[in-house]
Amino acid sequence: MPKDHGIGASPKRREDVRFLTGAGNYTDDINVYGQAYVHFLRSDVAHGKITKIDTSAAADMPGVVRIFTGADFEGVGSIPCGWQVTDLHGEPMKEPAHPVLAQGKVRHVGDPIAAIVADSLEEARNAAEAIELDIEELPAVVDMKAALADGSALVHDDLGDNLCYEWGFVEDNRAAVDEAIKNAAHVTTLELRNNRLVANPMEPRVALGEYSRANDHSTLHTTSQNPHVIRLLMGAFVLGIPEHKLTVIAPDVGGGFGTKIFHYAEEAFVTFASKACNRPVKWTASRSEAFMSDAHGRDHVTKIELALDADNNFTALRCDTYANMGAYLSTFASSVPTWLHGTLLAGNYKTPLVYTNVKAVFTNTVPVDAYRGAGRPEATFQIERVVDKAARELGVDPIALRRQNFISEFPYATPVAVEYDTGDYVATMDKLEEIADLSGFAARRAESEKNGKLRGLGVNCYIEACGIAPSNLVGQLGARAGLYDAATVRVNATGSISVMVGAHSHGQGHETAFPQVVAEMLGIDESMVEIVHGDTSKVPFGMGTYGSRSLAVCGSAMVRATEKIINKAKKIAAHLMEASDADIELKDGQFSVAGTDKSVAWGDVTLAAYVPHNYPLEDIEPGLEETAFYDPANFTYPSGAYACEVELDPDTGKVTIERFSAADDFGNVVNPMIVEGQVHGGIGQGVGQALLENAAYDENGQLLSASYMDYAMPRADDLPFYTVDHSCQTPCTHNPLGVKGCGEAGAIGSPPSVINAVIDAMQSGGFKVDHMDMPASPGRVWAAMHG
Amino acid sequence: MYSFEIGRPSTVADAVAALGKDEAQALGGGQTLIPTLKQRLASPETLVSLTGIAEMKGVCAEDGALSIGGGTNHATVAAEASAYPALAALAGGIGDPAVRNRGTIGGSLANNDPAACYPSAALASGATIVTNTREIAADDFFDGLFTTALEEGEIITSVRFPVPEAAAYMKFEQPASRFAMVGVFVAKYADGVRVAVTGGSEDGVFRWSAAEDALSANFSAEALDGVSVDADGMITDLHGSAAYRAHLIGVMTKRAVAAAQ
Repeated sequence: MPKDHGIGASPKRREDVRFLTGAGNYTDDINVYGQAYVHFLRSDVAHGKITKIDTSAAADMPGVVRIFTGADFEGVGSIPCGWQVTDLHGEPMKEPAHPVLAQGKVRHVGDPIAAIVADSLEEARNAAEAIELDIEELPAVVDMKAALADGSALVHDDLGDNLCYEWGFVEDNRAAVDEAIKNAAHVTTLELRNNRLVANPMEPRVALGEYSRANDHSTLHTTSQNPHVIRLLMGAFVLGIPEHKLTVIAPDVGGGFGTKIFHYAEEAFVTFASKACNRPVKWTASRSEAFMSDAHGRDHVTKIELALDADNNFTALRCDTYANMGAYLSTFASSVPTWLHGTLLAGNYKTPLVYTNVKAVFTNTVPVDAYRGAGRPEATFQIERVVDKAARELGVDPIALRRQNFISEFPYATPVAVEYDTGDYVATMDKLEEIADLSGFAARRAESEKNGKLRGLGVNCYIEACGIAPSNLVGQLGARAGLYDAATVRVNATGSISVMVGAHSHGQGHETAFPQVVAEMLGIDESMVEIVHGDTSKVPFGMGTYGSRSLAVCGSAMVRATEKIINKAKKIAAHLMEASDADIELKDGQFSVAGTDKSVAWGDVTLAAYVPHNYPLEDIEPGLEETAFYDPANFTYPSGAYACEVELDPDTGKVTIERFSAADDFGNVVNPMIVEGQVHGGIGQGVGQALLENAAYDENGQLLSASYMDYAMPRADDLPFYTVDHSCQTPCTHNPLGVKGCGEAGAIGSPPSVINAVIDAMQSGGFKVDHMDMPASPGRVWAAMHG
Repeated sequence: MYSFEIGRPSTVADAVAALGKDEAQALGGGQTLIPTLKQRLASPETLVSLTGIAEMKGVCAEDGALSIGGGTNHATVAAEASAYPALAALAGGIGDPAVRNRGTIGGSLANNDPAACYPSAALASGATIVTNTREIAADDFFDGLFTTALEEGEIITSVRFPVPEAAAYMKFEQPASRFAMVGVFVAKYADGVRVAVTGGSEDGVFRWSAAEDALSANFSAEALDGVSVDADGMITDLHGSAAYRAHLIGVMTKRAVAAAQ
């Protein structure tokens, strides 16, 4: 019998009632008295020198409050990067200035040049057209390899070249890896591009700045996954506002997928301008603005080589990657191709030697940063594509080749610095073979071929590092913040509970899943527990939600705080029953004295805490509220095995996904329904990357896919019914819930199996194609087959 | 969007009069014009909405022809053009329900988007485009991308489609916009077969005469073996090369012939 409450049950998501009935409170729903609107005049060229900007005529237009340009932000801080990577020579990465509004130069299409604050958005837009602007266009830097060639135009003149850093990992292994590849019985080489993506959350970014003269306090409402991080970055690095004078609120947020982690110029602008104009200032991105100002994802160009011995054991892996940073360093851009990518290149395999070289490159494109998976999808795609290609070259079964090389003993110290605490890759592969009905594939292929279609099967494994992250470790690696999290459990007099959590829910379902944990621990009904998040004035602290960390890190803090509550409540209960603390047991919301029939209810204890007439005031304080910070001891390592079956129409190149199966090991699971939903959504985005999505620039740095007319988002009919399973559970060994995180798995795990299946389908039809880059859209598949 | 005046005439005569003013622009279902206005790419002083004109609405079958009012939306055509099933199916496959409930046949033909569906049906059917002043044969109507024979202020009041013996429309959708990457409308009449192609050409909708000749002699998919479109002049973009589009035209034409009913 599945549980009907607590950990392991699947109650419907309580937040969905407001989301689905139009009762959500998103940033754009918030309007305040006296609010003005800002429109950003953005660059329509990729690279150029601003030779003239005259706002005088525009400033006289109706409704204009004030027009800002880069000159207004001289002396104001630069939008910071949160992670300093050290290059292979031991030098820090190059960090160009990132002004709130362009100063002197524009560096990508969409770079904000001027900001017009007006009584209405229409008036702001009208005034923008009256700004006299001359830009001397410069050659655009678009292709990463060309960007590093001598004589390339420079995105940032003061840096001397377009290289942010060259990173080697593990640099000490480099010679040994080269040697192993030279001496290998077989080397499989693959050159690929991990396509650039635009996250496209349903809700575009919005920011509303307010300044209170009464108490010199600024408030920013923003579409963020981590309001405390925004308060830190914007307050300390850009605007110089101390924490107690700055509140950041991220109310309901309509999807983030990574792109709402980062601190953006528009947030700093509205906060700054609301004080400068003494009026609230609101910005709501249009979808077109989102395409050219939200940080993009992926965009790696990689050569990967896998060495095998005569018995098909993997002996070494070498990865050479160019990672596009775009025009400026976004908040976590530098960490994605390095510590979130190079450390995952062992994959699920006991490859003894791994070396990764990453050149991070500035180009005249929108900044690139973390997008669902962030570095780990890039790592997984390379490994699982090159392993598949190796199997084909060697004529061995791709699943057997994987099984042969699986890591099988845990904990396992990889050659790339991380230690997997637990896992069972054989179990997930066994489960996958069962749920995907791989034994029935031959018959299904025959049926497809009867209908003139090709059918392909692709399989892959994945491993990810989630539960980000141990602060002391990431500090050594260059992170400029700790990555713990915090929770406060506030028990009210009647026994109801508010839990203030540093994690932020923007679709994940925390408001449902987190109470399941607290209610289970206390033995009370989930409806008595409510989650408060997204407001720095209510939540003590928190580092937010990304890297599949919410339950593993913030949930652990919540468990620790609840344990403190239980300890204190037991003392109160002991007093009420005139017993010893050590004899008190808590079960089903009742405190009882072991071995007796004496008990008091949860509500009696909480009431006593707030009405302490009969209370051990000499030993403990009144009230019942506890805070805990939790810093994880290690990453968590969710893993799994995925299978995709596609049909390919050889006449048109159109690929349709007929079956998709996922066997995941997330450790313990709190709400299976939510976990399955996360996997579904992740696979949807992975399939989007594999078949549809592509942010493409032309040689002049113009974004060709700048709207939904050309950027293909996955729609319901592009996606199959999924078969997902998470019954293989090796609990995380180092956090109290034994959970690993599930938010990114689908997006990390699905692209390689889709492309492996497309290649399999093409080869089954006699087409000699051993690789194609994503997306496998019809025109590109047809070109690959007839190229 | 810039500010504009809007007029809502209830007769064709009033609409024509309203369009006679400076900087006036006809507004059908607005599926192209409204996004254009939102992007501030057009700034008409007056919009003249054609959606309130009863005489421009409806589907009517008579004497082997189907007449559709220029202001009739796609959903209505999909539901009511049962006398011409291939046309009803085409209308039912345009965009999504929101688009089909707003977009009109007159608006689509007047706009002549090179990837729109309706122009191929009009051209393959040898339809007659009826305006407030004259009747224009489809063969004389389409004049390259976003260009037609319509004069300034001229309104499509109805479109008359001769109903063929058999016809089908096959669309291969561009993955992002789901407009026709290539759409082929095949219509078989007593005096021959007409084939019109949308989406493929840099010059917009066109008749594929080599296929028409082959199919007029033998109305079967096999008749098209060896018949191909020259890739020169086909569109190359992010979604496919000219060669791919030329190839798709052949594939979709065969499928349309096979599906013709």
